[in-house]
Amino acid sequence: MPGAIYAEGLVKTFGDVRALDGVDLDVPEGTVLGLLGPNGAGKTTAVRCLTTLLTPDSGRATVAGIDVLKHPNEVRRSIGLSGQFAAVDEYLTGRENLQMVGQLYQMKAKEAKARAGELLDRFHLADAADRPSKTYSGGMRRRLDLAAALVVSPPVMFMDEPTTGLDPRNRQGLWEVIQELVAGGTTLLLTTQYLEEADHLAHDICVVDHGRVIARGTSDQLKARTGGERVEVVVHDRERIATASEVLRGFGKGEVAVAEHTRKLTVPVTGGAKLLAEVIRELDARGIEIDDIGLRRPTLDDVFISLTGHAAELADEGNGADTEADTELRPGHGARSQHSPAAGSRRSPGAESQRSPGAEPQRKKEADK
Amino acid sequence: MSTATDTALKAGPRPAGGIRQSVRDSLVVAKRNLIRMIRIPEVVLFGLIQPVMFVILFTYVFGGSIQVGGSISSQDYRNFLMAGIFAQTVTFATAGAGAGIADDMHKGLIDRFRSLPMARGAVLTGRTIADLAQTALTLIVLAGVALLLGWRTHENFGKILAGFGLLLLLGYAFSWIGALIGLSVRTPEAATSGGLIWLFPLTFISNAFVDSNKLPTFFRHIAEWNPFSTTVQACRELFGNLPPGFQTPDAWPMRHPVLASVIWSVVILLIFRTLAVRKYRSAAA
Repeated sequence: MPGAIYAEGLVKTFGDVRALDGVDLDVPEGTVLGLLGPNGAGKTTAVRCLTTLLTPDSGRATVAGIDVLKHPNEVRRSIGLSGQFAAVDEYLTGRENLQMVGQLYQMKAKEAKARAGELLDRFHLADAADRPSKTYSGGMRRRLDLAAALVVSPPVMFMDEPTTGLDPRNRQGLWEVIQELVAGGTTLLLTTQYLEEADHLAHDICVVDHGRVIARGTSDQLKARTGGERVEVVVHDRERIATASEVLRGFGKGEVAVAEHTRKLTVPVTGGAKLLAEVIRELDARGIEIDDIGLRRPTLDDVFISLTGHAAELADEGNGADTEADTELRPGHGARSQHSPAAGSRRSPGAESQRSPGAEPQRKKEADK
Repeated sequence: MSTATDTALKAGPRPAGGIRQSVRDSLVVAKRNLIRMIRIPEVVLFGLIQPVMFVILFTYVFGGSIQVGGSISSQDYRNFLMAGIFAQTVTFATAGAGAGIADDMHKGLIDRFRSLPMARGAVLTGRTIADLAQTALTLIVLAGVALLLGWRTHENFGKILAGFGLLLLLGYAFSWIGALIGLSVRTPEAATSGGLIWLFPLTFISNAFVDSNKLPTFFRHIAEWNPFSTTVQACRELFGNLPPGFQTPDAWPMRHPVLASVIWSVVILLIFRTLAVRKYRSAAA
């Protein structure tokens, strides 16, 4: 039996760009699928096809068991969509927006009014309910948009980059709302550029690039595919980097990556905490003073890089939690990338230039909305 | 596919469907657009200032120097001019419809609407109905200003109302052209300029400001078959504003302007409504 969201061989082209190039998805009822990928990967196009906004060139899809192509209007009754842009009317108050959406979901005016009141309370918008949404903060607007998607408590929800552009506090708040929803049995397809977000919210993750699903699995499965853990050391004294590097080479399973200006050394290892203790003892024995040391397990950032050969482009959003990981992963930023064998070979200039011609127009298309 | 879900779906409340749902959804959207107009009154205000300015400019700058029919009196020109200004006002309102719809596309609101189980044409119908209300308001104010400036009608009240009815019908038909433009361009700015450009030749190569009999042959033919001229001519007849000594042109629409005006407006409405709704359904934002 297919899941609450099911797609098979979805293809959608815009001119020369294959925005979707044969996407298969299967989301069991009551679970969250994270569609993870950089800008222009085809995430939004996939959501637009599944929510009846776009007709795919080929392939088939069902949502809540209803054929998306054959019965679009019935699909619309079973879904809620919260987009990349907060799609609320800025001159209408929060209450007016929700009432309008309720009525367009074919609720009676009175029902729509009552439901709007409930949602405004639930999303902590009651105080601002009768102000035009133009006056709302970014986080409030995003909550209102989400409330609009939940007017009929749809069994299936689509959220296209729900937290893009939100500050960490608002993002945390939205995550909580999403988790509540899912606990209530809603099936959710969520797109995100934030690896941390997919890690946090999704049961299953599909990594998308160039319109294709290039990997799928749970967050743990994907991490396991990327390989093992690493020891990271920050030495106190720049002079001792060479010696420390020699020590790490003895314990490591690969090359030691050195970032001179941050005095950070990284080496892939196996052996976990026990090995870490040994490394510390050895460094101590050689009299190397360390500022920081730790065992680092692969993050989804690492998964993404090893799968696509390029980092997920997210630094420009300036989102607190992701920024640190991202800066480290940017090609050419710090010495580490030059040494890491996995990243080094894949991040060849060829791979980069191959990507740009196709990706550009698509990105534009999505941005134009 | 899951039969259980299908059964559950059938058991649930069904939307009314059909015409009732279309009307209801259109009114919900129209209400939304009317609320916007009240919250952004400057849009309505500028929409009023422009035609008032045109009336003043044409009456005082050209009045007395343009011969209409056999008369060169400025009172005759003033009476002659008003139907033209009214018609121009209702058509210029189309640019607003286009810009509004383009703005909704741009902000993602059209995506929201398209993901809802609502009647297909309701977003556009709601918008055009709200615009019609604005146009009606503009016409009332403009008629008041015209009366103050000395415009006089010479027919009974029913005919005058019929004249305004034709104007509103023309305006409503044209707002669907605006809707199609709004759905076809990338930005609201493009919709505003794209929505205005074609209106200049349309309203000036016509009988709105001059007696079409006095135009060069080529332009005279265009002017006499121009749907816009037809409504202007119909209004002049219905208002009793044809100047003394006016020669009705031989072109069929000029001889039967009321009927021709209705036909033109209905044809434009049907064609552009169909195109706009089709475009809306496939709008790939």
